[in-house]
Amino acid sequence: MNFNATLIGQSITFLVFVWFCMKFVWPPIMAALEERKGRIAEGLAAADRGRHEQELAQKKATETLHEAKQQASEIINRAEKRGSEIIDEARAEAVEEADRIKAAAAAEMEQEVNRAREALRGQVVSIATAGAGRILKRELDASANDELLKDLVARI
Amino acid sequence: MSATAPHSSEEYIKHHLTNLTYGQHADGHWGFAHGAGDLAEMGFWSINVDSMLFSIGLGVLFLWAFRKAAKTATAGVPGGWQNFVEWVVEFIDDSVRGSFSGKNPLIAPLAMTIFIWVFLMNFMDLIAVDWLPSLAGLMGVSHLKIVPSTDPNITFGLSLSVFALVLYYSVKMKGVGGFVGELTLMPFQSDNKVVQVLFMPINFLLEGVTLIAKPVSLSLRLFGNMYAGEMIFILIALMYGGGIALGAFGGLLQLGWAIFHILIITLQAFIFMTLTIVYLDMASQAHH
Repeated sequence: MNFNATLIGQSITFLVFVWFCMKFVWPPIMAALEERKGRIAEGLAAADRGRHEQELAQKKATETLHEAKQQASEIINRAEKRGSEIIDEARAEAVEEADRIKAAAAAEMEQEVNRAREALRGQVVSIATAGAGRILKRELDASANDELLKDLVARI
Repeated sequence: MSATAPHSSEEYIKHHLTNLTYGQHADGHWGFAHGAGDLAEMGFWSINVDSMLFSIGLGVLFLWAFRKAAKTATAGVPGGWQNFVEWVVEFIDDSVRGSFSGKNPLIAPLAMTIFIWVFLMNFMDLIAVDWLPSLAGLMGVSHLKIVPSTDPNITFGLSLSVFALVLYYSVKMKGVGGFVGELTLMPFQSDNKVVQVLFMPINFLLEGVTLIAKPVSLSLRLFGNMYAGEMIFILIALMYGGGIALGAFGGLLQLGWAIFHILIITLQAFIFMTLTIVYLDMASQAHH
């Protein structure tokens, strides 16, 4: 083993290399690694957040769907109720109208009957008058009277 | 030994284990060493040109490649190279977090530089032992040792720098008194002041050895493993000169050793890094 100035040269070289490595090689690489570490952590956090948000949205969607279903069934119920109400109303109205028409018809009928009765009464009076006149003209012809009366009665 | 190809096995091995050293010859002129005698003349103030070149080249390659990824690093989807760099950075960061309890922006880049740089230097071991030295020989370069981590200068250069950091943080975190106290008041303690003073040199000896053992073991472990691995590659390469049968067997051995060596070079780089982190952690803690 020969020791010579190579020893000193190597020591100086070594210290220069270490200094260079410490100054220009190590820090940029470490910085890049740290930055990437930060980015990955950020990405993972964002993914977590996204998952959480998605869960919330799904929950909300389910809720909304449920609400909508409820609302729809409520509306249908109400519509059904309203429909039956309308039918009931219509029926009641129809019954009323029918009653009214029936009553009107009955009243008119009575009027007609009365009118006919009046007219008949008038006719009977005139017939009776005419019959009486004829009877008075034929005098006491019993059989003729009898015939006349029979005729009168038949005509009434 | 000259630039021409060596002949005997002994020469071949010696040639492969000799660095290309530049320094001052005995007669005063500067030049490359050609043999052990020249090396002895040059003494400490010479430099292993091949180790330095490959070591700096690999370090620059590492920093250039990683800087490229760092410049274009985005928090978006990473590309292929950025992905790899991020994987390495996270691996280092995890190791540092696991072993270093305090907060210090120097430790992780230091650990990464050690790991990648040592790995790349070890990786040169996997290039067949004769390729680059032969190429250099053709270009007139007498010796070339391409694995910087088989040069103790390189491994000690690393570990002594780490040791300097250990001393710096020990003093910075515990204060001079605290650090000296740690070296002299443990492991032997006594309530009697006189006995305690008597214990001090013993404690200092023990703790001092423990302290010095850190950089020595750190660098010798790496150097020893790499040197031994390189030696085995050289020995296997020698078999190629022993006929077709021996050559084929050598090829098989080289493949097996190279595959096993992938594990060793990674492991040694990792051990060097982990121990550096642990030593600095111990230095930074007030009590251990």
